[in-house]
Amino acid sequence: MATPKTRAGSFSRNVPSTAASQVPGVKSGPNGTLFLSSGISDLDKILGGGFPLGSLVVVMEDPEAPHHMLLLRNFMSQGLVHNQPLLYASPAKDPRGFLGTLPSPVSSKDDKSLDRDSDPPPPGLRIAWQYKKYFGENQQNSNSQRDNKFEFCNEFDLRKPLQRQFLSGQHIECISTQDSPDLASLHDRCATFLKQFFRTDGNISGAGRIAIQSFCAPQCTYFDQEWHVLSFIRSLRSMIRSSNAVVILSFPPSLLSPSFSKRLQHMADTLLSVKAIPDEDKDLAKLLTGYQDMIGLLSIHKVARINTQVPIILEAATFSIKLQKRKFLVLECLNQAPVDGSSGTSYATSGSCSVSSKGGSLDF
Amino acid sequence: MDNLLDRALGLDGRGDRWPLLGKLVLVEDCVETGGAFVVHHVIKRFLSPQPSGVTNHSLILVAFSQPLSHYDRVLRKLGCNLVAQRDNNRFLFFDMLNLRFPDKHDAKTGSGILVSLFEKIYNAVRALSAEKSWVTIVIDDIALMEVVANGSSDSVLDFLHYCRTLMSEFDCSVVALNHGDIYLSMEKPMLMLNLEYLSNILVRAEPLATGSAVDVHGQLMVLNKGENDRQGTAGSKIHNFHFRVKENSVDFFYPGGRG
Repeated sequence: MATPKTRAGSFSRNVPSTAASQVPGVKSGPNGTLFLSSGISDLDKILGGGFPLGSLVVVMEDPEAPHHMLLLRNFMSQGLVHNQPLLYASPAKDPRGFLGTLPSPVSSKDDKSLDRDSDPPPPGLRIAWQYKKYFGENQQNSNSQRDNKFEFCNEFDLRKPLQRQFLSGQHIECISTQDSPDLASLHDRCATFLKQFFRTDGNISGAGRIAIQSFCAPQCTYFDQEWHVLSFIRSLRSMIRSSNAVVILSFPPSLLSPSFSKRLQHMADTLLSVKAIPDEDKDLAKLLTGYQDMIGLLSIHKVARINTQVPIILEAATFSIKLQKRKFLVLECLNQAPVDGSSGTSYATSGSCSVSSKGGSLDF
Repeated sequence: MDNLLDRALGLDGRGDRWPLLGKLVLVEDCVETGGAFVVHHVIKRFLSPQPSGVTNHSLILVAFSQPLSHYDRVLRKLGCNLVAQRDNNRFLFFDMLNLRFPDKHDAKTGSGILVSLFEKIYNAVRALSAEKSWVTIVIDDIALMEVVANGSSDSVLDFLHYCRTLMSEFDCSVVALNHGDIYLSMEKPMLMLNLEYLSNILVRAEPLATGSAVDVHGQLMVLNKGENDRQGTAGSKIHNFHFRVKENSVDFFYPGGRG
């Protein structure tokens, strides 16, 4: 379950890590890329650090469930917590209203450690490999304590709305894509927004985030102008490449023609898809552990490959989306159920005591 | 030194001529398995110093999908310095990524952009062959060129036809990347069928049928239609092998033959 290797090639330039760490919410990755957090720590780990600056993240929606909104919400909240300017476009009539549903960050130190240590360790059963996980956890905690002020990735409580202080800033733009007759105005807004993050060599002053929800939904007037839409995304992609920002865009593939959807997928740097799971699927429930807690599935089809030709091969491409304590969004590997169902392990807290205690007895 | 891909493309010959001259190489890939590394490989082979060193090699990269910094970094790891080559006038970069988003009132429509692009390429090729240089035109990628042409696949096809005619007029070759899976759902994808027909060498990158693996990133099918020799028999050959992409090289090996 290791994260993909982030080892830089022998010929890659050594970027001074101080440059990146001075900017809140940005950390340097391999091949001279800089990462922004997705707002979901598990997803960051899976992707090898987060979303690289200058990349286009595409989320394929499921028509039956709004799980893509979970990704968007955390992405947007994380940006606001880091005081990064945000541009949000949605087909809703009142996109600003969506900001009220953004989750709030958990004041990290107390809650997190409380959370992890609250469950008593399982009586008796302690295996050597679990000790290693404890070490990892301790390190994590000390890390978060050190730079407590700006964590790279916060944990978000989905039940609490984001505090006013984060929303009151002047740096949030909201656009309703339903009003505009064509994409030229949206394009201009994006262009002016991205201009402030234009990448100059070496130094970076701040990072921006653009979230475009349900692009080419049928209520938009340009819905059927496929080439116009593609042209917009091509242009957006070229703009984002030269700026210190990340665009996350979700679209409903089931409503588009297959070739059009494939074109969009090719343009994406990071390609994700979400899927609902049916409520009462007895077969699936038997097959997968922890089925009751799952709210959906997240698949990772493509991981951004900027400045490198090496594809990142993940150990697993599909993860289950779960809500921990009905609050925190976690991603877990799918585990096939053994005869006696035990719970899957979280990507973050894999093998930690709290998780394995939930499961029944293990067969050895 | 020669690997399976070189052999399949015919790059392992010891002749003085660049083996791909006068040929159209089409690389097709899909969302799961990118084929850009094949293009990088050909660029690297073409620009690396030749033993004979009689003729100059010049490369024209028409980039719709990535900025120069990306290619520069990737090729540098492969051992080829594009910036230095550009300063030597052996590498021309046509940045098509930063084309403006077309307005409704834009006079210059998609096909107009391609016409002016071809003029630029034509002038460059003519100037380079006046210096007795062999030229390779690399197009990355055709699907985005279609978007720039506003969906008019006819004008894209025209463009490629014209590039092909350059091959008979000058010493040059064309390497183009396309995404095959876009056209799978179409009933009659004329662009792809035409391209596959016109190409001399077809390289197709596919994922493994058994899913993705850390050690094997996918498989390549190389169809080398060969040259029509005097007897009129086309010695067309199909090569199949697996590959694993690394930062500074690509491993090619037969299925199961990885040692």
